[in-house]
Amino acid sequence: MSFPWANQYKPTTEFGQWMDDRLPIGRMVYNSLGAGYPTPRNLNYMWNFGSLAGVFLVVQIVTGIILAMHYAANANIAFDSVEHIMRDVNSGWMIRYAHANGASFFFIAIYLHIGRGLYYGSYKAPREMIWLLGVVIYLLAMATAFMGYVLPWGQMSFWGAKVITGLFEAIPVVGKPIQELLLGGFAPDNAALNRFFSLHYLLPFVIAGVIIMHIWALHIPGSSNPTGVNVKGPQDTVPFHPFYTAKDGWFIGLALMFFTALMFFMPNALGHADNYIPANPLSTPAHIVPEWYFWPWYAILRAFTFDFFFIPAKLLGVLAMFSAILVWFFLPWLDQSPVRSGDYRPRFKKFFWFGLIPCVAILGYCGGAPAEEPFVMLGQFAGGYYFAHFLIILPLLSRLEKPEPLPNSITESVTGKPLKQAS
Amino acid sequence: MVRFFGILIGLFFAGMLFYSFGRGAVEYISNPPVETVEHEFHKEAKEVSFKSDGPFGKFDKQQLQRGFQVFKEVCSACHSIRLVSFRNLEELGYNEDEVKAIAANWSIESPSIDPDTGEAATRPPIPADKFPKPFANDVAAGAANNNAIPPDLSLITKAREGGAAYVYSLVSGYSDPPANLPEANRPGTGLHYNPYFANLNLAMAPPLTGTDQVSYSDGTKATVPQMAEDVSAFLIWTAEPSLIKQKQTGWAVLAFLLIATILGFLSYKTIWADVKAEKKKKEA
Repeated sequence: MSFPWANQYKPTTEFGQWMDDRLPIGRMVYNSLGAGYPTPRNLNYMWNFGSLAGVFLVVQIVTGIILAMHYAANANIAFDSVEHIMRDVNSGWMIRYAHANGASFFFIAIYLHIGRGLYYGSYKAPREMIWLLGVVIYLLAMATAFMGYVLPWGQMSFWGAKVITGLFEAIPVVGKPIQELLLGGFAPDNAALNRFFSLHYLLPFVIAGVIIMHIWALHIPGSSNPTGVNVKGPQDTVPFHPFYTAKDGWFIGLALMFFTALMFFMPNALGHADNYIPANPLSTPAHIVPEWYFWPWYAILRAFTFDFFFIPAKLLGVLAMFSAILVWFFLPWLDQSPVRSGDYRPRFKKFFWFGLIPCVAILGYCGGAPAEEPFVMLGQFAGGYYFAHFLIILPLLSRLEKPEPLPNSITESVTGKPLKQAS
Repeated sequence: MVRFFGILIGLFFAGMLFYSFGRGAVEYISNPPVETVEHEFHKEAKEVSFKSDGPFGKFDKQQLQRGFQVFKEVCSACHSIRLVSFRNLEELGYNEDEVKAIAANWSIESPSIDPDTGEAATRPPIPADKFPKPFANDVAAGAANNNAIPPDLSLITKAREGGAAYVYSLVSGYSDPPANLPEANRPGTGLHYNPYFANLNLAMAPPLTGTDQVSYSDGTKATVPQMAEDVSAFLIWTAEPSLIKQKQTGWAVLAFLLIATILGFLSYKTIWADVKAEKKKKEA
């Protein structure tokens, strides 16, 4: 579906016409990312991170395929094969550092993309499916990144794998068999490394598939926008190409400059020193921490310090950690406020900027810090707010809050002049 | 229904966590955590700078050669750099013949097999070989070193928090235990006090013992801080041989991206000019 005023694809060459009658691939691109997709004219820069995440997924897939040509997924030589890439493969260091830091940039983009959705209510009707698929992409990305971090087979790789698969052990009855199935044994070893490598190669393509559905679902209602008001006429939109291709284009250049600065001048800033020590099952690192993008969830996992009757603290932590992300699946039904954009929700705005964002930041900080006071305590407070925000505050707020008046149309919000009704 | 169950689950998790926070806070105030002895006496790495630091850094090849000399004459008795090959030394400014000579005269031979019998043997290293390890395996390394296995140094400046500054501080930072150090934290047999080491006592004896322990051919005075700095610089190179190339490539990529981004920005401005003009009218 598209708006009736969308530009129509017209093949300009005879070959183009021939193709269009048989395999209309040009038409598909034209309608999804080209001039045939009318897009709200008022999108701000928060709408740039979806395409940016896509760019970094491509960076990851391309660099990853090259790395896989040189990497050896065997517990005895995995570490040395990574060093072989760093030292002996032509420009191998560039490919590896692009891949390691590209993962961080993918998550930066995806977090800002999710944050934009949360603030502007992009998850609300009729865009629930886009949001749900987005959460699926995020979960797949986390699994992929976690398994990728295991591949260099350094100390953090090994102990990270041990801790994360150990979480499943907390599940009663089926936990232990699940853990053994994941690892292919009782502890991380060659079997685990091999299956992680296989899945690490597979999942990005699954992500790409879900992204296609994500974009497909997006094209049914069209993009949301900062006012949250529906598109009402041709004046409200501009064709995606050239308007947003140009805006995305220069912004991707800017983001790549930050990426370049990180990967060439401080490539290990976001990594952990211990991962340059080969995996050693007999020596536990002083602090086992995952990559930075997992820190908020890791803080929630560690925030449960005592048993609740018959439920052990560890199981509570695991349940809470998974719930913290799974709650996003229910978000479209938890937040029932008819107003989408946070700009027109005075109270929501305060809870978002002074509650949710600082608490996620605190959780992130505590997740990266050693498991000692006062970090555990701060993580408990921030984690408590996190659950309260999504499960208590948002459902109640949608009833109690009086939203500010919405503009009559996107055009009016931009130009101050009422939208001419399309006749 | 979703909201009803949501609120119940929310109350449970948030309640548990706020309650834990309350308990933790009361405990923290009434019974503040005691600073551990390790934490109290442990020192942060010293401030030290290397020519390779910063986005414009360059290796000081003279210093790397001095550092290699310290490694060769001091460290290599116990520590390996198993990921580095002799041929890599050409990057320090040695020519091919010098590298051949360094390899051939290395104090440890490379593992090999006897070409006649096929039995395990050793032979003098050639430039294509990695640096041979001083001990046959970890068990031998432990047995010769009071059960503390000397770590491989190839990646040491990337494998420790603080990097080269930590290595510099550690090898030059031995001291006598302070008088107020509790008995339990004093170095036992075979251990040596070093405030830069996380648990204060380490098995490695002070490797740099005094001025002129090595004699530099370039006339630099071989003081302990000088040797420590040189060997740390050398270990920056072993950990990241392509360090300088990385920085140079980074500048080239940044320059390209800057031009591309400016062009992209200008075309964005041009394309949007008409749409934005409509908005300007509103503000006027």
